[in-house]
Amino acid sequence: MGRYIAGRLAQAAIATFIVITIVFFVMRLSGDPTLLLVPEGANAAQIAELRHALGFDRPLPVQYLGYLNDLAHFDLGQSLVQRAPVWLIVQSRIPYTVALAAGALVFALVTGIPAGIAMAVWRGGITERLLSAVVLAGQSLPTFWSGILLILLFGVSLRWLPTSGADGPASLVMPSVVLGALAMSTFARMTRISVLEELGRDYVTAARARGLSMGAAVMRHVLRNAAIPVLTVVALEVGNLLAGAVIVETVFTWPGIGQLAMQSIFARDFLVVQAIVLFVSVVYIALNLLTDLAYSAVDPRIRGMA
Amino acid sequence: MRPRISAGIWIILALIVLFAVAALLAPWVSPHDPLRQSLLLRLRPPGSATASAGVFPLGTDDLGRDLLSRILYGARASFAVAILSVSVSLVVGTLLGLVAGWFRGWTATLIMRFVDAMLSVPAILLAVLTVAVLGPSFVTLILVLGFTRWPRYTRVAYASTLQVAALPFIAAAEMSGAGSGRILLRHVLPNIAGPLLVVATSEFGLMILFEAGLSFLGLGIQPPAPSWGSIMSAGRQYVERAWWLTVFPGLGLFTLVVCVNVLGDWLRDRLDPRSAGR
Repeated sequence: MGRYIAGRLAQAAIATFIVITIVFFVMRLSGDPTLLLVPEGANAAQIAELRHALGFDRPLPVQYLGYLNDLAHFDLGQSLVQRAPVWLIVQSRIPYTVALAAGALVFALVTGIPAGIAMAVWRGGITERLLSAVVLAGQSLPTFWSGILLILLFGVSLRWLPTSGADGPASLVMPSVVLGALAMSTFARMTRISVLEELGRDYVTAARARGLSMGAAVMRHVLRNAAIPVLTVVALEVGNLLAGAVIVETVFTWPGIGQLAMQSIFARDFLVVQAIVLFVSVVYIALNLLTDLAYSAVDPRIRGMA
Repeated sequence: MRPRISAGIWIILALIVLFAVAALLAPWVSPHDPLRQSLLLRLRPPGSATASAGVFPLGTDDLGRDLLSRILYGARASFAVAILSVSVSLVVGTLLGLVAGWFRGWTATLIMRFVDAMLSVPAILLAVLTVAVLGPSFVTLILVLGFTRWPRYTRVAYASTLQVAALPFIAAAEMSGAGSGRILLRHVLPNIAGPLLVVATSEFGLMILFEAGLSFLGLGIQPPAPSWGSIMSAGRQYVERAWWLTVFPGLGLFTLVVCVNVLGDWLRDRLDPRSAGR
């Protein structure tokens, strides 16, 4: 067990290091990162001055080591546009994205898992057909389309929900549903397969032979066993929700880090964009690590596989 | 025995072909020039007819351009980006997977660790950052999508290559003096093509969504060139007055992606019966 944990921790550390390196090189893909950071209309002398001030005139390996050193001290730099530490800017938006991702996750879990169970239990019937159509739609809907259509229906026509912004829990409803649709489909598919597998096992036949109804057998025995594979994809889906927030937050003008990323790109505030990409990636890696560790604690067979 | 191709799959295939043909023939079947503006014809509803300019079957946009023509040309952008970016990532990912699965050892460790790291960066965010750094253009879009999406192919190619490489006919080919390159391309690749095709199909649907998403955010195909994402982005501010600018391009996008996803599921069930129904 100790060896498994150590190996998995090392793997996460390597992944983090590679992500940090990829971001370093992506920021320099255009040749001169100074040009990404100067305010519009700066002259050559100002650009040269800034290049020197930010250290972009140093050799690449020196820049890289300086960048690693800054990150090790949790220093993400200063925003030249907002004249504030980058991390403070990002930090102030994180609670909104967390609220949105949590809302989307709750929606996806409470709809996806029952849908998956129903699809497995009523296999081959009209229920399964209807639900698989919903699952397919959830998988294929572009969020910027479903979002605008919902705004049109519930915000503009019916006036039940606010069309944009973050004013209380009501404004969280539509963005959560739109963002959670894809995760809902994933959970429904996973639950269906998992429950189907468990339904074929001997203990289910035994429980039924003892006179338990199908519903009682599922509730009492099947769900507990079927839950494990479903739970492992939850962390992955949270990572996808954070990334998907870029579009959903733009559609609903929700003031989270996704909207901040887009605003920063158009304001040419690239250190903020860099910080957001690093932050989401590290959260994603950490969630995967936690899932694997939790899974190995529950199911000892996994440990040998690392 | 392989299942027969059902009527449903024929319909799906027919729809995908219809979209592809419409995209290919856009210059000939479009009723109007997709870039031609007319301030007098702004935001006309679907079916509007004028004596001078003719009929606008799906209406016009905020600059008086014909929506149907723009959607047809937008389909070209979707297909071009999806086909090219899937090709780039398929080739890069497969080559790396073949190499890792064939040579194993530290080569495989190196490649697969890199794959793990790439899969732990949310692809859409990395794409957003890269496009923003390089400046949006058609070529940037393809390179960015191609080079962020290869790891899924590498995983599949690696696992399949390991399996195929252990089969007796590969040992026979080695003993008869064939080199690694020849064995990989002539003997291993054809035997791992099935699972790669499944990944490529599901990625194709995703790339269509990514292109539209990035164009919606202003980081994809640049105006005035039409793309489904940018049409919807521009239509967003007129959504209360001109619903057609949002509904029609979105409907096209949704329908195409549904078809590709159904085809992908069907291919997977057919090529890998164990996963049937997943």
